[in-house]
This record gives sequence, C-alpha cells and structure tokens, in this order.
Amino acid sequence: MDPDTGFFASESPAVREEMESLDLSDATAPSSLPFFVEPPSYADVVLKSTFEPQNAVTIPGSGSYPPRAAASDYLRIVVSDPETMQETSNSPVLGGTTYVTYPITTWVRAVGHGGPSVFCVQRRFRDVVTLAARLAEAYRGYFIPQRPDKSLVDGQVMQKHEFVEQRRWELEKYLRRLAEHPVIGRSDELRVFLQAQGKLPLPAATDVASRMLDGAVRLPKQLFGDAAAGRVAPEDVVQPAKEGRDLLRIFKELKQAVANDWGGVKPLVVEEDREFLERKEKMQVLEQQLCTASQQAEALVKAQQDIGETMGEMGLAFIKLTKFETEEAIFSSQKTLSADAKCVATAAVKASRLYRELNAQTVKHLDTLHEYLGVMLAVQSAFSDRTSALLTAQTLMTDLSTLHAKVEKLEVASSKIFGGDRSGLRKVEELNETIRVTEDAKSCALGEYERIKENNRNELERLDREKHDDFLSMLKGFLINQVEYSEKVAIAWAAVVEETCGYARESN
Amino acid sequence: MISPETSPPRSSSQSPRSPPAAPFLYISVTEPVKLGNGVQAYISYRVITRTNLPEFQGPEKIVIRRYSDFVWLHDRLAEKYKGIFIPPLPEKSAVEKFRFSTEFIEMRRQALDIFINRIASHPELKQSEDLRTFLQEDEETMERARSQETGIFKKPADLIQIFKDVQTKVSDVVLGKEKPVEETDPEYEKLKHYIFGLEDHLAETQKQAFRLVKRHRELGQSLSDFGKAMKLLGACEGNSLGKVFSELGAKSELLSIKLQKEAHNLLMNFEEPLKDYVRAVQSIKVTFADRANAFRQHCELAETTKLKEINLDKLNLMRSDKVREAEMEYRELKSESEQATRRFETIVRLMNEEIVRFQEQKTADMGLAFHQFAKGQAKLANDIADAWRSVLPKIEACSVSSQHG
Repeated sequence: MDPDTGFFASESPAVREEMESLDLSDATAPSSLPFFVEPPSYADVVLKSTFEPQNAVTIPGSGSYPPRAAASDYLRIVVSDPETMQETSNSPVLGGTTYVTYPITTWVRAVGHGGPSVFCVQRRFRDVVTLAARLAEAYRGYFIPQRPDKSLVDGQVMQKHEFVEQRRWELEKYLRRLAEHPVIGRSDELRVFLQAQGKLPLPAATDVASRMLDGAVRLPKQLFGDAAAGRVAPEDVVQPAKEGRDLLRIFKELKQAVANDWGGVKPLVVEEDREFLERKEKMQVLEQQLCTASQQAEALVKAQQDIGETMGEMGLAFIKLTKFETEEAIFSSQKTLSADAKCVATAAVKASRLYRELNAQTVKHLDTLHEYLGVMLAVQSAFSDRTSALLTAQTLMTDLSTLHAKVEKLEVASSKIFGGDRSGLRKVEELNETIRVTEDAKSCALGEYERIKENNRNELERLDREKHDDFLSMLKGFLINQVEYSEKVAIAWAAVVEETCGYARESN
Repeated sequence: MISPETSPPRSSSQSPRSPPAAPFLYISVTEPVKLGNGVQAYISYRVITRTNLPEFQGPEKIVIRRYSDFVWLHDRLAEKYKGIFIPPLPEKSAVEKFRFSTEFIEMRRQALDIFINRIASHPELKQSEDLRTFLQEDEETMERARSQETGIFKKPADLIQIFKDVQTKVSDVVLGKEKPVEETDPEYEKLKHYIFGLEDHLAETQKQAFRLVKRHRELGQSLSDFGKAMKLLGACEGNSLGKVFSELGAKSELLSIKLQKEAHNLLMNFEEPLKDYVRAVQSIKVTFADRANAFRQHCELAETTKLKEINLDKLNLMRSDKVREAEMEYRELKSESEQATRRFETIVRLMNEEIVRFQEQKTADMGLAFHQFAKGQAKLANDIADAWRSVLPKIEACSVSSQHG
C-alpha cells in the first residue's frame, strides 16, 4: 500500500467513486442492486426502482408470493409514468386546465395456445376512485384492497415529481393486489378497468350535490306517509342506505341502531356469532399492534440509515486525514499512521455501503407490516358491511312488526263497525300489500346478510393463511438479511483488527 | 503509551545476574468521589504513585487531588518548560447538569490519568519538582500552593516580563514596526502549517466519531422499541409463529443492550483519544506561541543591544563622562540579549526533539485507538449476526408445522 503512487489503485472504480462521492446524498449514489421505492412512511430512505415481485411469475426477480400471483389471470400489470393531458373545456373562459392520466399495461394469461394478450389503457385518478366505489358495492363482506388516497392537491403540487411517482407506485401496487384477490381478480369491474379502451365504462360515483337533491325530493313524500315512496324495494336492500338518497331509511336504521345500542328492545336478529365477535376484537388488537410495529420498524430503518451515513462521513474524514499526513510526511511514523488511517477509512466506507444495502432490504421486508395495516382497513370495511346488512334486516323486521300491529288494530276497529268498513278495509288491503313487499325485502336483506357473513368467513380463512405466510416470509427475510450483512461488516473490520494488532501488543 | 489502571509490566531484566530493576514511575488516577454541597461541590480523585526512584519519598504514595490541582501542575510546567509540548488537560468547564454525570466523570478521570502518566514518562518533565509536589504533598500544602498561583498573586518576575512585553509592543507601534517579527525558516513554516492543518483534520474525525457514538445509542434505542413491538405482535399471532416473533423481539432487546455498550466503548476508546490529540495539538500551538515570543524578544534585544553598542562607541570617541554608565547599561543589555537568544535556541532544540516524540506517540496512540475501534465494531457485527441467526431455527420449525400455525 504505497501512499505515494496510485493512492486508490487497489480499489475498484465503483468504490473509488463512492469514496469520492461520499458527501453526496444517498439519492444520487449509483448502484446496480434492486432497491425498492418506499411507501410514504419510510420517507427518509429514498430509493427508486421498478418494483417487480408480486405479479410477475414469468419475470425473473419475482417470487415473494408465487402461488398467489400464479393463480391470477393477470400475469403482469405495469403503471407507467403519467402523462399530462389538456382538459377539453366547453367554456373557453376557463382556459385549459390539465389533468394527469396513467398508462396502464396489462398482460393477460393466454387462453389456449398463443402468447398472453396485452392491453393498454389510459386512466385518470378519478377512474380509480370509481373502480374502488363499484367494487365496494359489489363485493360487500370481502377484504377489498384499499385504493391510494385521494389527496386534495392543486395543479402546482401535482407536477411535483415525487408526488406523481409515489402515486404511480401506489396505483400499481393497488391494481396488482386486486388482481391477486381470488374473487375480485376475476371481477368484471377490474377487467373493464384494465382492458376497456377509451373512457371507463363504469358508472361514476355520483357527486354529493345531486344525491342531496334526489334525497330532498323523496323525503317529503316519505315523511307524508306516501306508502309507495316509503317502501324499501328489495333491490335497494342489497345496498346500505345511501347518504342523501335514502334519508328515511337512514333515519329508521339509525333509530334501530340506537334502540339496539341502548338495549331497550331486543333486536330480532342478534349477532349471536360469538366467534365472530371474538375475531373482531382480535382484529382490533392486531391492528393496534401492527400500527406500533410499523412505527417502530420505520424508526429502526431510520436509525440504520443514520448510522450508515455517519460511518461513511467518518470514513471520508479519515481519508482526508490520510491524504494530509501523507502529503506533509516528514517522519516515518507519519507514514505508518497514514497507512493505518487509510485502513480504517476503507473499512468504514465499506461498512457504510453495507449498512445502506442492508437498509434497502430491511425496508422491503418490514414493508409487510405497513401492508397489513392496509389489510386491517379492508377487514374493518368488510365487518362494517356485515353490521350494516344486519342493521338493514333488523330495521325491516321492526317495520314488519309495526305494520302487523297496525293491521291488527285496524281489523279490530273495522269489526266493530256494523255493516263493514269500506275505507278501513281498503287501508288494510294497502297495508297488507306493503307487508308483502316488506317481507320480500326482509328476505332479501337476510339473504344479503348471510351472504356477507359467508364472505367474511372465507376471507378470514384466507387472511389467516396469507398472513401466516407473509409474516413468516417477512421475518425470515429480515433475519437472513441482517445475518448476511452483519457477517460482511464483521469481516471488513476484522481486516483492520488484523492490521493494527501490533498496537495492542505494544500497550500490553 | 501507558494505559490507565495497568500494573507495571514485568521488567525485562529479571535474571539474577542483571543489574537492579529498571527505574519505574507508575501513577493511577482513581476513585472519583463527589465532595461538598451545592455550587461548591467538586470531584476528588485518589492519585496513587508507585515508584522505585530515589527522588520520591517511598515506594507507594496516595494523595487526594482535584481538577484544579491538575491545572496548577499543568500551568507550572507550562511556565518552566517552554519548548516542551505539555500534555493537555481535559476541558475546564462543562454544562452544569452534565458535570456530575457518570460518563463525564469517567471521561475526565481517564484523561487525567493519561495526563499525569504522560508527564511521568517524559524525560524532562518527570524530573520536575512540581510533579513531586503534586504526587506527594498533603492536601493542605497543595491547596496553599494552588492559591498562590491564581490571579493576583503573581511573582514579581512575571510582572516585569509582562511590563516589558507591553513596552515592546508600544515601542513597536511608536517606531512603526507594527508587524511582529517572525521566523522565516522554511522548515518551521512547514511545521506550523502542518500543525494547524492537523488540528482541523483531527477535529473533524473526532466530530464524526462523536456522532457515531450517538448513532449507536439511537440504533440501540430503536432496536429496543422494535423488539417490544415484535413481542406484542407475536402475542396476537398463533403458536409457533407467535414464538418466532417473541424470540425475535427478545433478541432485538438483547442487541439493544450490546449497542449501548459498544457506544460507551466507542466513546472512551476511540472518540476520547481523538479528542485528546486535538487538545495535544492545541497545546503544541501554545509552544509555537512561546517560540514566537522568544524569537521576538531575541530579535528585539539583539537590535537594542546593537544600538547601544553603536551609541557606546560614539560616546567613547567623544570621551564623554557618560561612557561608564553607558558601558554598564550595554553590558546588562548584552547579557539579557544573550539570555533571550539562549532561551530561543533551547526552545528550538526542544521542539525538534518533541516533534519526533509527538509523531511517534501519536502513531502509537492512534494505532491503538483504531485497533480498539475495529475490534469493537467487529465484535458488535458478529454479535448481531449470532443473535439473529439463532432465531432462524424457530422459523424452520414454523414452516414445517401446519399452515395455521
């Protein structure tokens, strides 16, 4: 190790470059290792990548969850860099506003012979919102993956590269998760989203304003006892009461919920499934622990990154010291120190790089905690589907008993009128009709409730299985990584220990 | 380098035919104890001296000393041994809250131990009478000696020197010679440049080392929190998977402790030696200042003497009756000038020897610090690998068992 000639001659160009560029931030350090874009919460570790694993059985580098990915008909979904479009506005006064579309490419498994078919579509973010809304309606009781957040941003912020990139990444993850779901992956809604050219042919979520208008029109009719308007049609029953449209239904169900909660009237259908209630409580505890674990994982990643950074900076300081002592060397003792310092610097830089690589992997593994927080939200959603379906059924049952009571009263009153009571009889006729319709609705509601219960049950089983595998995979990956990199770090320092062991002997 | 708290090594000359055992002087600074109350509280140390040197009162002596006693010794040596790099002391004041923390006390104790042993192993300094006073006198004598030195009780000679310095400065200004006279020796220039540069580089490495200590502590803390969270998560999970989480959590907490230990080790055996050398370089700068002063005095006195000589010759030629007086003044001045020149030359000579010694010591001390650092890091990395590796068998057991854990 001759400090006078080719100082870094023994190092590879990559290491030299790294040593020289040590004072640059992590984001610009070149590397050929596959890194992963972190979810927003791991904000400090800024690493860019193309995320390969989940949906890419035929693509190398994948393989976290092959069985799940393999089951899907969607071999691969890629969301590319978003493009800015000009909004075609009717009013020229408003000028041109821009919006962003995401090009989405999907490879669908081939049916029969031939290669996979490829579809390319352009989707706006509000299409994603629509898709999510339609799925929520159609797949009650299922653990539906959560869509990326709709953040309120103005046009300026939208241009920000990081935000846009993050949204692209989240979108891709979302679509892949949907595709992997054994039931939703086969849905028409998803198929149409991924494959239909042009405008998305799904009914958009109606805006709140028109909903309110609708509701305002219907409410007076409902309040003034227009029986027909007040009836809950069976087809409506399969959906929860919609804000703005089914105000009366909402009021009734709210009354029912209050009655249930206050325990005054025993509800006619009780959530007797103790197992379910236990599961629900366990889910809440799990969610709490996942939240904590996710936060601590984040802190751990940050601490790992910090120590790697400081190690690198210290290495740089030692390199400068080495150079200085070499340049100014008068005594041989200085040359020795210079060599020793360089030894330390090399190890420190190596360790720094290893910490950084380790961290990239750690982020990938511990990300599972964060993912399952998302799953918990889906579970909550599915459980509340169940609760609201039960509530609907209960409300209808209460309705029925009210109606039956009314009929009874009328019939008693009618029988007292000698010669018959034509108007009274007519009223009874009407009420009986309402009762029939309501009975139908009640059957539907109960049917829906049972369906949702079944979905819950199946999904919980699926969750148990997948969670077990995913957590195991996470822990294993985390541990193996830590072991691997720690061993490498130990070796780097062992070299310095060896080089400098003479000093230990001297001091003894 | 004599590390603290070690017993004297076995003398190489142990065989009966060899001359008597080599002279040794070993000092330990131990057992810091907090004395006094409130604002006046301070730390006292036991200073144990073991020696076979005849100048000392006996084979072993124990005295109680406080920080200001060490300062006294340092200042006395700095006065008397100009040209020698006086070993540096740890910093004077600290933030009040921190002053009595265990870590600070230990850092200071270690630094004082190194300080006193460096003096004891320096060929010139170890012969100092002040050192013997410090190591042997009782506390009362020490206190008296200490209070004589501070502030107003300066010796008359010092006052005269200060006055002369001021005079010179004034005359410089008056004569228009405002720029201080400096040596132009290129080697000396190089050395000065080196020392100033060295301070910067060492300070930078020390700063990073200190940050590294902090990072270790932070990582330790986060591992502890992470471990707890993993344990709680494991409690939610099924049997064998839950056990894996639990084990992982336990190991995480274990590693947290190891990290805190390594942080302490880093601080005492890597960061502190670096800091110590920053102080050492600052001490060298003081010697540079001494040298510059001595040079200036030598130059000025030489010049003043020359002028006096010329004046004397003039008076001689004129056969003035002031000749006698002038001759006496001239002789006095010449003697002073020669003294100043000797002082300067002594400093130059000593510095040349000192710089060799310094470089050798630096290399040895730094080498040891590097070694300790690397050893600590290697051990830590191995401990981390071992801890995590030990959890893996539990994972295998989990995968083999039923899917539902």
